[in-house]
Amino acid sequence: MHNVVYLILRRMRLPLIIVIITYAISVLGLVLIPGVDDQGNPWRMGFFHAVYFVSFLGSTIGLGEIPYAFTDAQRMWTTLVIYAAVVSWLYAIGSILTLIQDHGFRRVLAFNAFARRVRGFQEPFFIVCGYGDAGSWLVREFTERGIACVVIDTDQQNILNLEVEDLPATVPGLHADATDSASLLAAGLKHPRCRGVIGLTGSDHHNLSIAITSKLLAPDVTVFCQSESRDAAANMNSFGTDHIIDPFDIFAARFAMMFHSPSMYLVYEWMTAVHNAPLTELKSPPAGTWILCGFGRFGKAVREYLSREGIKTRLIEADIDATQAPEGTIVGRGTEASTLLEAEVKEVCGVIAGTDNDANNLSILITARDLNPRLFTVARQNQRDKDAIFKAAKIDLIMQPSSIAAQQILGLILAPLLEDFLRLANEQDEEWANVLVSRVAGVVEEVAPEIWDLEISPLYTPSVFDCLIQREDVMLKDISADPRDRTLSLPCVPLLLKRDGISSLLPAPEVRLRGGDRLLFCGRKDAHRHMDHVVHDHQALEYTRTGIDRPTGTVWRWLTSSRDA
Amino acid sequence: MNLEKVFFAFFTILALTLNFGFFVGDLDNPAHHNAYELFAALVVSLIATIMKFGDRAHIGALLLATSLVADLQLITAAIIWGYTVNVMGAELTPHIISSIVSLSGGAFLANLISVLLLVVETVTFRR
Repeated sequence: MHNVVYLILRRMRLPLIIVIITYAISVLGLVLIPGVDDQGNPWRMGFFHAVYFVSFLGSTIGLGEIPYAFTDAQRMWTTLVIYAAVVSWLYAIGSILTLIQDHGFRRVLAFNAFARRVRGFQEPFFIVCGYGDAGSWLVREFTERGIACVVIDTDQQNILNLEVEDLPATVPGLHADATDSASLLAAGLKHPRCRGVIGLTGSDHHNLSIAITSKLLAPDVTVFCQSESRDAAANMNSFGTDHIIDPFDIFAARFAMMFHSPSMYLVYEWMTAVHNAPLTELKSPPAGTWILCGFGRFGKAVREYLSREGIKTRLIEADIDATQAPEGTIVGRGTEASTLLEAEVKEVCGVIAGTDNDANNLSILITARDLNPRLFTVARQNQRDKDAIFKAAKIDLIMQPSSIAAQQILGLILAPLLEDFLRLANEQDEEWANVLVSRVAGVVEEVAPEIWDLEISPLYTPSVFDCLIQREDVMLKDISADPRDRTLSLPCVPLLLKRDGISSLLPAPEVRLRGGDRLLFCGRKDAHRHMDHVVHDHQALEYTRTGIDRPTGTVWRWLTSSRDA
Repeated sequence: MNLEKVFFAFFTILALTLNFGFFVGDLDNPAHHNAYELFAALVVSLIATIMKFGDRAHIGALLLATSLVADLQLITAAIIWGYTVNVMGAELTPHIISSIVSLSGGAFLANLISVLLLVVETVTFRR
């Protein structure tokens, strides 16, 4: 914790000493120089008068020669005093002004203001390290869903962007290095309400040190980190990082899934989609030979997953030595027609432009499509500000590392059970996925389904819990029934039931709920709202369970009970 | 040798010695206590205080506190002197001068503690 008062005192040391010495010499001179009073008698100025005179002289007020007119010697001294006092004051005031404008000082002020705001947080919050493409997207989603967060970024420009961004809630931002433990602590790492640290700095090394710092200083805080290489991921894992997100790996796995089980791909896409995003339609890529441009981290992941699907890829890579590309790789960037022709672009069924340069990726796809219009095109889009041109290029599938990472993290935070669900779903067959897709498609309209968690506990589902305490049965269909008409069920699909550490997929409506059960649902936004009402309101639950709409008022209740009797 | 340390010790000790110079003498005899000495003691004490600004160590805080005590006592003594002579227009009676000198005696104690702390800090300093 930096102390501003100490900083000011330390900087003001020299200016203040100079002011005091100037005043002391001036006063002493006035006291020592002989003068005359109004009668012409020799007279000496006392300390009291001298201090008074120098005080008003130094502040340039100048009330005149008091108490008696000065002698020439006194005037000569006064002339010197005027300049000395003014200069020393200017120096002192100038020092204060310089200090206020000083970059370091302003940073200390901003740091203190940030730490103060974070200390005052009453609601659970997340620390987002890195406000780049992924970070800014995540912060927007957080604020739109009413989740509090704070931001740390090493780039001053990004923090300024955060300040001017039109977010639904104010998000405190700090321009600091998140790998420095002091800035993480100021951001509330040890705050009792801190729920997690999210490392999205764009550098594996930085994310790793964020994970280490967080896990060592606050072992209970959940840590999410983006990692783009196996080494870094393994290292993060050894420090107990809770969730390691590799966007290239996620994309490559999903892309491979499109070949062997398109419906499963849709399940994954929908469950991790953006807030209010339009439903993606299935575009199945043709199984045949593909051209893969760029054999970096992305290219390696894609090639590995595609080869498991039995799909052949022809590689184009400019730097074969650095990327350790296998034999048979065509040297070139892929932006020129000659390289593409060498890779037999007219014979293949698709092109994946996976270099780390957006302009090159676009150029590869457009050149390739000129040569072969029937190609399926896949592009890696590294920067989010190129959205418009990528959209205009009419590419079949666009991969954005930042949004994949951010979506994955958001899904894990909003519905912690989602990870379990996706893992279990992956073990199911295509037919199962087909059924699920049609069920989900039946309840949602145009926009991607909302995902939510429900825990049967006194805090989250008081009405259900009270029923269970009174040994009355509550079935899953009771809480997913429409509280306005119990014969209808809410537009939602129960995806997972986790009981005693065992997860089961797609629980049946007749399942009897138990305390401690955790459920995962997907469905329309209003279904979530209605379900929230049912699990909080005793009367609504009573109605959905039994069909009896009990009166709430005391008088009416008495009337109906006496009539029943 | 650190020049800052030299200045720091110089002003702290000078504040003590000047203070002592004013304080020493008969308590109620104005002839033993010179106004210039009080002025010098006050100015040096103020400078010593500012020298101690911004030191965040615990001993630094204690040094600053003793200096502030000395300033307070000396300023009070100077005000009593100035008020008696200039406002009341009275002579320095033994009663008045004794209260001025005893105030400076208090400041002397504070300055003494300050110097002691400085010595302690120097003795415990290891490199």
